[in-house]
Amino acid sequence: MSSVLFDVPGPKARTRNVYLNVATVIVVVGIIAFILFRFNESGQFTAKKWEIFTFPRVQQMFLTVIGATLKAFAVAAVGSLVLGILLAFGRLADSRWVRLPCYWFTEVFRAVPLLILMMIMYYGLPSAGVKGITPFIAVVVGLILYNGSVLAEVFRAGIESLPKGQREAGLAVGLSKGQVLRIILLPQAVRSMLPVIISQLVVILKDTALGFLITYNEVLYYANFLGSQGQYGSPVVPALMVAAVIYVGLCLILSGIAKLVESKMSSRVKVVKTKVGLAG
Amino acid sequence: MNVITDNSDLFVTGFKNTGILFVISAFFALILGTIVAGMRVSPAPAMRAAGTLYVNAVRNTPLTLILAFFALGYPRLGLPHIDFMNAAIVGLSLYTATYVSEAIRSGINTVSVGQSEAARAIGLPFMQTLTLIVLPQAFRSVLPPLFSVFIALLKNTTVAAGFSVAEAGAIRANLSERGEPLLPGLLWVAVIFVVLVLGILTPLQRYLEKKWRVER
Repeated sequence: MSSVLFDVPGPKARTRNVYLNVATVIVVVGIIAFILFRFNESGQFTAKKWEIFTFPRVQQMFLTVIGATLKAFAVAAVGSLVLGILLAFGRLADSRWVRLPCYWFTEVFRAVPLLILMMIMYYGLPSAGVKGITPFIAVVVGLILYNGSVLAEVFRAGIESLPKGQREAGLAVGLSKGQVLRIILLPQAVRSMLPVIISQLVVILKDTALGFLITYNEVLYYANFLGSQGQYGSPVVPALMVAAVIYVGLCLILSGIAKLVESKMSSRVKVVKTKVGLAG
Repeated sequence: MNVITDNSDLFVTGFKNTGILFVISAFFALILGTIVAGMRVSPAPAMRAAGTLYVNAVRNTPLTLILAFFALGYPRLGLPHIDFMNAAIVGLSLYTATYVSEAIRSGINTVSVGQSEAARAIGLPFMQTLTLIVLPQAFRSVLPPLFSVFIALLKNTTVAAGFSVAEAGAIRANLSERGEPLLPGLLWVAVIFVVLVLGILTPLQRYLEKKWRVER
Protein backbone atom coordinates (compact mmCIF):
# COMPACT_ATOMS: atom_id res chain seq x y z
CA MET A 1 0.00 0.00 0.00
CA SER A 2 1.41 3.32 -0.99
CA SER A 3 -0.16 6.67 -0.26
CA VAL A 4 0.90 10.18 -1.06
CA LEU A 5 2.12 10.67 2.50
CA PHE A 6 4.21 7.59 3.10
CA ASP A 7 5.86 4.64 1.38
CA VAL A 8 5.42 0.97 2.03
CA PRO A 9 6.95 0.68 5.54
CA GLY A 10 10.37 -0.85 5.95
CA PRO A 11 11.62 -2.55 9.15
CA LYS A 12 12.23 0.74 11.01
CA ALA A 13 8.86 2.19 10.03
CA ARG A 14 7.14 -1.05 11.03
CA THR A 15 8.49 -0.89 14.59
CA ARG A 16 7.55 2.79 14.74
CA ASN A 17 4.04 1.90 13.63
CA VAL A 18 3.79 -0.65 16.41
CA TYR A 19 4.69 2.04 18.98
CA LEU A 20 2.18 4.44 17.39
CA ASN A 21 -0.53 1.78 17.49
CA VAL A 22 0.13 1.02 21.15
CA ALA A 23 0.18 4.72 22.04
CA THR A 24 -3.12 5.33 20.23
CA VAL A 25 -4.81 2.39 21.89
CA ILE A 26 -3.63 3.60 25.31
CA VAL A 27 -4.90 7.16 24.69
CA VAL A 28 -8.27 6.05 23.29
CA VAL A 29 -8.83 3.49 26.03
CA GLY A 30 -7.81 6.16 28.56
CA ILE A 31 -10.38 8.64 27.23
CA ILE A 32 -13.17 6.04 27.16
CA ALA A 33 -12.20 4.80 30.63
CA PHE A 34 -12.26 8.36 31.97
CA ILE A 35 -15.74 8.98 30.51
CA LEU A 36 -17.08 5.71 31.89
CA PHE A 37 -15.40 6.41 35.25
CA ARG A 38 -17.05 9.86 35.44
CA PHE A 39 -20.42 8.41 34.44
CA ASN A 40 -20.06 5.76 37.12
CA GLU A 41 -18.82 8.18 39.80
CA SER A 42 -21.73 10.55 39.20
CA GLY A 43 -24.15 7.63 39.42
CA GLN A 44 -25.28 7.46 35.79
CA PHE A 45 -25.18 3.66 35.80
CA THR A 46 -27.27 3.15 38.96
CA ALA A 47 -30.39 1.03 38.57
CA LYS A 48 -32.57 3.92 39.70
CA LYS A 49 -31.61 6.05 36.72
CA TRP A 50 -32.30 3.26 34.25
CA GLU A 51 -35.47 1.93 35.89
CA ILE A 52 -37.70 4.24 33.84
CA PHE A 53 -36.56 2.57 30.61
CA THR A 54 -37.85 -0.81 31.78
CA PHE A 55 -41.50 0.32 31.82
CA PRO A 56 -43.48 -1.06 28.87
CA ARG A 57 -45.29 2.28 28.61
CA VAL A 58 -42.00 4.14 28.17
CA GLN A 59 -40.75 1.60 25.64
CA GLN A 60 -43.97 1.96 23.66
CA MET A 61 -43.56 5.71 23.77
CA PHE A 62 -40.06 5.32 22.37
CA LEU A 63 -41.49 3.40 19.43
CA THR A 64 -44.07 6.17 18.94
CA VAL A 65 -41.46 8.95 18.94
CA ILE A 66 -39.17 6.97 16.62
CA GLY A 67 -42.23 6.75 14.36
CA ALA A 68 -42.64 10.53 14.64
CA THR A 69 -38.99 11.07 13.69
CA LEU A 70 -39.28 8.67 10.76
CA LYS A 71 -42.56 10.24 9.62
CA ALA A 72 -41.01 13.71 9.54
CA PHE A 73 -37.97 12.25 7.76
CA ALA A 74 -40.01 10.36 5.15
CA VAL A 75 -42.29 13.29 4.27
CA ALA A 76 -39.38 15.73 4.22
CA ALA A 77 -37.20 13.40 2.13
CA VAL A 78 -39.86 12.87 -0.54
CA GLY A 79 -40.76 16.57 -0.52
CA SER A 80 -37.10 17.64 -0.79
CA LEU A 81 -36.46 15.29 -3.70
CA VAL A 82 -39.51 16.59 -5.57
CA LEU A 83 -38.71 20.24 -4.83
CA GLY A 84 -35.06 19.63 -5.72
CA ILE A 85 -35.94 18.17 -9.12
CA LEU A 86 -38.39 21.00 -9.86
CA LEU A 87 -35.86 23.67 -8.88
CA ALA A 88 -33.10 21.97 -10.87
CA PHE A 89 -35.34 21.93 -13.96
CA GLY A 90 -36.19 25.56 -13.28
CA ARG A 91 -32.52 26.51 -13.13
CA LEU A 92 -31.89 24.77 -16.45
CA ALA A 93 -34.89 26.42 -18.15
CA ASP A 94 -34.41 28.59 -21.20
CA SER A 95 -36.47 31.48 -19.92
CA ARG A 96 -34.76 33.92 -17.56
CA TRP A 97 -38.08 34.47 -15.81
CA VAL A 98 -37.97 30.88 -14.62
CA ARG A 99 -34.22 30.57 -14.21
CA LEU A 100 -33.52 33.59 -12.03
CA PRO A 101 -36.27 33.07 -9.42
CA CYS A 102 -35.20 29.45 -9.08
CA TYR A 103 -31.58 30.57 -8.69
CA TRP A 104 -32.43 33.04 -5.93
CA PHE A 105 -34.76 30.57 -4.25
CA THR A 106 -32.00 27.98 -3.92
CA GLU A 107 -29.39 30.55 -2.88
CA VAL A 108 -31.55 32.20 -0.21
CA PHE A 109 -32.93 29.03 1.34
CA ARG A 110 -29.47 27.52 1.56
CA ALA A 111 -28.22 30.64 3.35
CA VAL A 112 -30.89 30.84 6.05
CA PRO A 113 -30.24 28.60 9.07
CA LEU A 114 -32.72 25.73 9.15
CA LEU A 115 -33.71 26.47 12.73
CA ILE A 116 -34.60 30.05 11.80
CA LEU A 117 -36.74 28.73 8.92
CA MET A 118 -38.58 26.44 11.33
CA MET A 119 -39.03 29.30 13.82
CA ILE A 120 -40.45 31.53 11.08
CA MET A 121 -42.95 28.78 10.31
CA TYR A 122 -43.84 27.89 13.88
CA TYR A 123 -43.62 31.22 15.76
CA GLY A 124 -43.62 33.83 13.01
CA LEU A 125 -46.54 32.82 10.83
CA PRO A 126 -49.10 32.28 13.63
CA SER A 127 -48.22 35.69 15.06
CA ALA A 128 -49.05 37.13 11.64
CA GLY A 129 -52.45 35.45 11.66
CA VAL A 130 -51.74 32.19 9.81
CA LYS A 131 -53.55 29.34 11.53
CA GLY A 132 -53.01 25.62 11.69
CA ILE A 133 -49.20 25.44 11.81
CA THR A 134 -48.35 22.38 13.90
CA PRO A 135 -44.77 21.61 14.94
CA PHE A 136 -44.84 18.74 12.44
CA ILE A 137 -45.70 21.06 9.54
CA ALA A 138 -43.05 23.56 10.63
CA VAL A 139 -40.36 20.86 10.83
CA VAL A 140 -41.28 19.25 7.52
CA VAL A 141 -41.69 22.46 5.54
CA GLY A 142 -38.44 23.85 6.94
CA LEU A 143 -36.61 20.65 6.02
CA ILE A 144 -38.14 20.59 2.52
CA LEU A 145 -37.27 24.22 1.73
CA TYR A 146 -33.67 23.86 2.88
CA ASN A 147 -32.86 20.37 1.61
CA GLY A 148 -34.84 20.86 -1.58
CA SER A 149 -32.57 23.81 -2.39
CA VAL A 150 -29.45 21.80 -1.59
CA LEU A 151 -30.65 18.85 -3.68
CA ALA A 152 -31.52 21.18 -6.57
CA GLU A 153 -27.84 22.10 -6.76
CA VAL A 154 -26.90 18.42 -6.60
CA PHE A 155 -29.26 17.48 -9.44
CA ARG A 156 -28.14 20.45 -11.52
CA ALA A 157 -24.48 19.56 -11.03
CA GLY A 158 -25.29 15.97 -11.96
CA ILE A 159 -27.11 16.96 -15.14
CA GLU A 160 -24.41 19.39 -16.17
CA SER A 161 -21.67 16.81 -15.65
CA LEU A 162 -23.26 14.49 -18.22
CA PRO A 163 -21.70 14.34 -21.68
CA LYS A 164 -23.26 16.82 -24.13
CA GLY A 165 -24.03 14.04 -26.58
CA GLN A 166 -26.80 12.67 -24.35
CA ARG A 167 -28.89 15.78 -24.70
CA GLU A 168 -28.11 16.22 -28.37
CA ALA A 169 -29.00 12.61 -29.16
CA GLY A 170 -32.29 13.00 -27.30
CA LEU A 171 -33.17 16.12 -29.25
CA ALA A 172 -32.06 14.46 -32.50
CA VAL A 173 -34.52 11.60 -32.12
CA GLY A 174 -37.29 14.17 -31.76
CA LEU A 175 -37.88 14.37 -28.00
CA SER A 176 -38.93 17.73 -26.60
CA LYS A 177 -36.63 19.59 -24.22
CA GLY A 178 -38.73 18.60 -21.23
CA GLN A 179 -38.71 14.96 -22.32
CA VAL A 180 -34.95 15.02 -22.75
CA LEU A 181 -34.55 16.34 -19.21
CA ARG A 182 -37.03 13.91 -17.75
CA ILE A 183 -36.29 10.70 -19.64
CA ILE A 184 -32.64 11.04 -20.63
CA LEU A 185 -30.76 13.36 -18.31
CA LEU A 186 -32.43 13.07 -14.91
CA PRO A 187 -32.14 9.28 -14.50
CA GLN A 188 -28.44 9.39 -15.34
CA ALA A 189 -27.85 12.39 -13.10
CA VAL A 190 -29.61 10.71 -10.17
CA ARG A 191 -27.52 7.59 -10.61
CA SER A 192 -24.23 9.42 -10.76
CA MET A 193 -25.10 11.71 -7.85
CA LEU A 194 -26.51 8.95 -5.67
CA PRO A 195 -23.77 9.09 -2.99
CA VAL A 196 -24.32 12.81 -2.52
CA ILE A 197 -28.12 12.45 -2.51
CA ILE A 198 -27.89 9.72 0.10
CA SER A 199 -25.65 11.73 2.42
CA GLN A 200 -28.13 14.58 2.10
CA LEU A 201 -30.89 12.18 3.17
CA VAL A 202 -28.82 11.34 6.26
CA VAL A 203 -28.60 15.09 6.92
CA ILE A 204 -32.41 15.31 6.73
CA LEU A 205 -32.74 12.45 9.21
CA LYS A 206 -30.34 14.14 11.62
CA ASP A 207 -31.96 17.54 11.24
CA THR A 208 -35.37 16.22 12.29
CA ALA A 209 -33.85 16.53 15.77
CA LEU A 210 -34.15 20.31 15.40
CA GLY A 211 -37.85 19.66 15.92
CA PHE A 212 -36.95 19.30 19.60
CA LEU A 213 -36.39 23.06 19.76
CA ILE A 214 -39.82 23.88 18.34
CA THR A 215 -41.65 21.32 20.52
CA TYR A 216 -42.12 18.59 17.91
CA ASN A 217 -42.58 15.39 19.90
CA GLU A 218 -39.77 13.28 18.44
CA VAL A 219 -36.97 11.14 19.89
CA LEU A 220 -34.86 13.91 21.41
CA TYR A 221 -37.89 15.75 22.77
CA TYR A 222 -39.10 12.63 24.53
CA ALA A 223 -35.61 11.81 25.83
CA ASN A 224 -35.43 15.30 27.33
CA PHE A 225 -38.87 14.79 28.90
CA LEU A 226 -37.73 11.52 30.49
CA GLY A 227 -34.58 13.25 31.71
CA SER A 228 -36.69 15.70 33.70
CA GLN A 229 -38.52 12.99 35.66
CA GLY A 230 -37.38 13.78 39.20
CA GLN A 231 -38.87 10.69 40.86
CA TYR A 232 -36.59 8.47 38.76
CA GLY A 233 -33.51 10.49 39.64
CA SER A 234 -33.64 12.83 36.59
CA PRO A 235 -31.93 10.42 34.18
CA VAL A 236 -30.75 13.12 31.72
CA VAL A 237 -27.54 11.37 30.74
CA PRO A 238 -29.07 7.87 30.36
CA ALA A 239 -31.94 9.34 28.29
CA LEU A 240 -29.53 11.19 26.00
CA MET A 241 -27.46 8.01 25.66
CA VAL A 242 -30.55 6.09 24.55
CA ALA A 243 -31.44 8.87 22.09
CA ALA A 244 -27.90 8.89 20.69
CA VAL A 245 -27.98 5.13 20.15
CA ILE A 246 -31.33 5.47 18.33
CA TYR A 247 -30.10 8.27 16.05
CA VAL A 248 -26.76 6.66 15.24
CA GLY A 249 -28.58 3.38 14.62
CA LEU A 250 -31.13 4.96 12.28
CA CYS A 251 -28.43 6.85 10.38
CA LEU A 252 -26.29 3.71 10.01
CA ILE A 253 -29.29 1.72 8.77
CA LEU A 254 -30.03 4.46 6.23
CA SER A 255 -26.38 4.57 5.10
CA GLY A 256 -26.39 0.77 4.91
CA ILE A 257 -29.46 0.73 2.65
CA ALA A 258 -27.83 3.49 0.63
CA LYS A 259 -24.65 1.47 0.12
CA LEU A 260 -26.70 -1.51 -1.00
CA VAL A 261 -28.65 0.53 -3.55
CA GLU A 262 -25.46 2.25 -4.66
CA SER A 263 -23.56 -0.96 -5.30
CA LYS A 264 -26.52 -2.33 -7.28
CA MET A 265 -26.76 0.77 -9.42
CA SER A 266 -23.14 1.83 -9.78
CA SER A 267 -22.28 -1.43 -11.52
CA ARG A 268 -24.16 -0.04 -14.50
CA VAL A 269 -22.71 3.47 -14.76
CA LYS A 270 -19.46 5.08 -13.86
CA VAL A 271 -19.86 7.38 -10.88
CA VAL A 272 -18.99 10.92 -11.84
CA LYS A 273 -16.93 12.82 -9.30
CA THR A 274 -18.23 16.32 -8.73
CA LYS A 275 -17.37 19.12 -6.44
CA VAL A 276 -20.61 19.77 -4.62
CA GLY A 277 -19.69 20.66 -1.07
CA LEU A 278 -21.85 19.05 1.55
CA ALA A 279 -21.86 20.20 5.10
CA GLY A 280 -24.84 19.71 7.28
CA MET B 1 -38.17 48.11 9.88
CA ASN B 2 -39.21 49.27 13.36
CA VAL B 3 -38.55 45.91 14.92
CA ILE B 4 -34.85 46.01 14.20
CA THR B 5 -34.33 49.69 15.12
CA ASP B 6 -36.40 49.49 18.32
CA ASN B 7 -34.63 46.34 19.46
CA SER B 8 -31.20 46.99 18.05
CA ASP B 9 -29.72 46.01 21.43
CA LEU B 10 -31.13 42.48 21.03
CA PHE B 11 -29.88 42.13 17.49
CA VAL B 12 -26.42 43.50 18.33
CA THR B 13 -25.91 41.21 21.34
CA GLY B 14 -27.40 38.28 19.45
CA PHE B 15 -25.17 38.55 16.44
CA LYS B 16 -22.14 39.47 18.56
CA ASN B 17 -22.54 36.18 20.43
CA THR B 18 -23.10 34.35 17.16
CA GLY B 19 -19.83 35.83 15.93
CA ILE B 20 -17.99 34.79 19.09
CA LEU B 21 -19.40 31.25 18.89
CA PHE B 22 -18.49 31.06 15.21
CA VAL B 23 -14.91 32.30 15.47
CA ILE B 24 -13.93 30.30 18.56
CA SER B 25 -15.62 27.09 17.38
CA ALA B 26 -14.09 27.46 13.91
CA PHE B 27 -10.66 27.85 15.50
CA PHE B 28 -10.93 24.73 17.65
CA ALA B 29 -12.69 22.73 14.92
CA LEU B 30 -9.85 23.55 12.55
CA ILE B 31 -7.22 22.36 15.03
CA LEU B 32 -9.07 19.22 16.09
CA GLY B 33 -10.15 18.48 12.51
CA THR B 34 -6.58 18.73 11.26
CA ILE B 35 -5.40 16.34 13.98
CA VAL B 36 -8.17 13.85 13.16
CA ALA B 37 -7.43 14.13 9.43
CA GLY B 38 -3.78 13.47 10.20
CA MET B 39 -4.79 10.40 12.18
CA ARG B 40 -6.97 9.16 9.33
CA VAL B 41 -4.14 9.25 6.80
CA SER B 42 -1.43 8.05 9.20
CA PRO B 43 0.50 4.84 8.57
CA ALA B 44 -0.58 3.34 11.91
CA PRO B 45 -3.81 1.29 11.58
CA ALA B 46 -4.93 1.99 15.17
CA MET B 47 -4.77 5.75 14.58
CA ARG B 48 -6.76 5.39 11.37
CA ALA B 49 -9.36 3.28 13.18
CA ALA B 50 -9.66 5.77 16.06
CA GLY B 51 -10.11 8.67 13.63
CA THR B 52 -12.70 6.80 11.58
CA LEU B 53 -14.63 5.78 14.69
CA TYR B 54 -14.78 9.38 15.94
CA VAL B 55 -15.86 10.80 12.58
CA ASN B 56 -18.53 8.17 11.97
CA ALA B 57 -19.96 8.33 15.48
CA VAL B 58 -20.19 12.13 15.62
CA ARG B 59 -21.36 12.62 12.03
CA ASN B 60 -24.29 10.29 12.60
CA THR B 61 -25.41 12.10 15.74
CA PRO B 62 -27.62 15.21 15.41
CA LEU B 63 -25.95 18.44 16.47
CA THR B 64 -28.97 19.18 18.65
CA LEU B 65 -28.27 16.04 20.65
CA ILE B 66 -24.57 16.86 21.04
CA LEU B 67 -25.38 20.36 22.28
CA ALA B 68 -28.08 18.92 24.57
CA PHE B 69 -25.50 16.60 26.07
CA PHE B 70 -23.05 19.40 26.86
CA ALA B 71 -25.71 21.83 28.07
CA LEU B 72 -27.94 19.44 30.05
CA GLY B 73 -26.02 16.20 30.61
CA TYR B 74 -22.52 17.46 31.36
CA PRO B 75 -23.44 19.44 34.51
CA ARG B 76 -24.62 16.17 36.09
CA LEU B 77 -21.26 14.46 35.73
CA GLY B 78 -19.70 16.34 38.65
CA LEU B 79 -16.95 17.82 36.49
CA PRO B 80 -15.75 21.46 36.64
CA HIS B 81 -18.59 23.84 35.82
CA ILE B 82 -18.75 25.35 32.34
CA ASP B 83 -21.30 27.96 31.30
CA PHE B 84 -23.75 27.50 28.41
CA MET B 85 -21.63 29.52 25.99
CA ASN B 86 -18.58 27.32 26.54
CA ALA B 87 -20.72 24.18 26.43
CA ALA B 88 -22.00 25.27 23.01
CA ILE B 89 -18.44 26.01 21.84
CA VAL B 90 -17.30 22.52 22.88
CA GLY B 91 -20.27 20.88 21.15
CA LEU B 92 -19.96 22.89 17.94
CA SER B 93 -16.18 22.33 17.78
CA LEU B 94 -16.48 18.58 18.25
CA TYR B 95 -19.22 18.39 15.63
CA THR B 96 -17.60 20.66 13.03
CA ALA B 97 -14.19 19.01 13.48
CA THR B 98 -15.50 15.86 11.81
CA TYR B 99 -16.48 17.83 8.70
CA VAL B 100 -13.15 19.70 8.72
CA SER B 101 -11.26 16.42 8.92
CA GLU B 102 -13.21 14.99 5.97
CA ALA B 103 -12.50 18.09 3.87
CA ILE B 104 -8.78 18.01 4.66
CA ARG B 105 -8.50 14.25 4.17
CA SER B 106 -10.14 14.34 0.75
CA GLY B 107 -7.88 17.28 -0.13
CA ILE B 108 -4.78 15.27 0.71
CA ASN B 109 -6.15 12.38 -1.35
CA THR B 110 -6.49 14.59 -4.45
CA VAL B 111 -2.69 15.02 -4.58
CA SER B 112 -1.46 12.28 -6.83
CA VAL B 113 0.99 9.72 -5.47
CA GLY B 114 3.46 10.59 -8.23
CA GLN B 115 4.04 14.00 -6.64
CA SER B 116 5.52 12.66 -3.44
CA GLU B 117 7.25 9.81 -5.23
CA ALA B 118 8.97 12.38 -7.43
CA ALA B 119 9.86 14.40 -4.32
CA ARG B 120 11.40 11.35 -2.68
CA ALA B 121 13.15 10.44 -5.90
CA ILE B 122 15.01 13.76 -5.94
CA GLY B 123 15.98 13.08 -2.33
CA LEU B 124 13.68 15.33 -0.30
CA PRO B 125 13.23 14.10 3.29
CA PHE B 126 9.72 13.47 4.69
CA MET B 127 9.16 16.90 6.21
CA GLN B 128 10.18 18.69 3.03
CA THR B 129 8.03 16.40 0.90
CA LEU B 130 5.11 17.25 3.16
CA THR B 131 5.63 21.00 3.52
CA LEU B 132 6.95 21.82 0.04
CA ILE B 133 5.13 19.38 -2.20
CA VAL B 134 2.03 17.77 -0.70
CA LEU B 135 0.49 20.36 1.63
CA PRO B 136 0.62 23.37 -0.73
CA GLN B 137 -1.26 21.35 -3.34
CA ALA B 138 -3.67 19.83 -0.83
CA PHE B 139 -4.42 23.24 0.66
CA ARG B 140 -5.71 24.56 -2.66
CA SER B 141 -8.27 21.86 -3.12
CA VAL B 142 -9.19 21.89 0.58
CA LEU B 143 -10.12 25.55 0.71
CA PRO B 144 -13.52 25.53 -1.08
CA PRO B 145 -15.00 22.58 0.87
CA LEU B 146 -13.54 24.00 4.08
CA PHE B 147 -15.39 27.22 3.39
CA SER B 148 -18.64 25.30 2.96
CA VAL B 149 -17.99 23.66 6.32
CA PHE B 150 -17.56 27.03 8.01
CA ILE B 151 -20.67 28.46 6.34
CA ALA B 152 -22.55 25.47 7.76
CA LEU B 153 -20.97 26.19 11.16
CA LEU B 154 -22.20 29.79 11.06
CA LYS B 155 -25.73 28.56 10.44
CA ASN B 156 -25.40 25.80 13.03
CA THR B 157 -24.58 28.30 15.78
CA THR B 158 -28.32 29.11 15.88
CA VAL B 159 -28.98 25.69 17.38
CA ALA B 160 -27.18 26.87 20.53
CA ALA B 161 -30.09 29.26 21.11
CA GLY B 162 -32.10 26.25 22.20
CA PHE B 163 -29.62 25.72 25.03
CA SER B 164 -29.63 29.09 26.77
CA VAL B 165 -27.00 30.88 24.69
CA ALA B 166 -28.11 34.44 23.91
CA GLU B 167 -27.17 34.46 20.22
CA ALA B 168 -29.01 35.23 16.99
CA GLY B 169 -31.37 32.29 17.26
CA ALA B 170 -32.47 33.49 20.70
CA ILE B 171 -33.62 36.90 19.43
CA ARG B 172 -37.03 35.33 18.82
CA ALA B 173 -37.57 34.44 22.48
CA ASN B 174 -36.48 37.89 23.64
CA LEU B 175 -38.73 39.66 21.15
CA SER B 176 -41.61 37.53 22.28
CA GLU B 177 -40.95 38.59 25.90
CA ARG B 178 -41.10 42.24 24.89
CA GLY B 179 -44.33 41.63 23.00
CA GLU B 180 -42.82 42.68 19.70
CA PRO B 181 -44.14 41.28 16.38
CA LEU B 182 -42.34 38.00 15.81
CA LEU B 183 -42.57 37.52 12.07
CA PRO B 184 -40.73 40.74 11.05
CA GLY B 185 -38.15 40.10 13.77
CA LEU B 186 -37.48 36.57 12.56
CA LEU B 187 -37.39 37.70 8.94
CA TRP B 188 -34.74 40.26 9.87
CA VAL B 189 -32.65 37.54 11.48
CA ALA B 190 -33.00 35.50 8.28
CA VAL B 191 -32.06 38.52 6.15
CA ILE B 192 -28.93 39.16 8.20
CA PHE B 193 -27.88 35.53 7.78
CA VAL B 194 -28.50 35.74 4.03
CA VAL B 195 -26.31 38.86 3.89
CA LEU B 196 -23.57 37.19 5.96
CA VAL B 197 -23.58 34.02 3.87
CA LEU B 198 -24.35 35.29 0.36
CA GLY B 199 -22.91 38.77 0.74
CA ILE B 200 -19.65 38.02 2.52
CA LEU B 201 -18.67 34.36 2.89
CA THR B 202 -19.75 33.00 -0.51
CA PRO B 203 -18.08 35.76 -2.60
CA LEU B 204 -14.94 35.29 -0.51
CA GLN B 205 -15.10 31.55 -1.15
CA ARG B 206 -15.57 32.10 -4.92
CA TYR B 207 -12.69 34.60 -4.99
CA LEU B 208 -10.29 32.28 -3.19
CA GLU B 209 -11.45 29.32 -5.24
CA LYS B 210 -10.66 31.18 -8.45
CA LYS B 211 -7.37 32.46 -7.13
CA TRP B 212 -6.17 29.04 -6.00
CA ARG B 213 -7.58 26.96 -8.84
CA VAL B 214 -5.18 24.44 -10.32
CA GLU B 215 -5.52 22.15 -13.27
CA ARG B 216 -4.84 18.53 -12.57
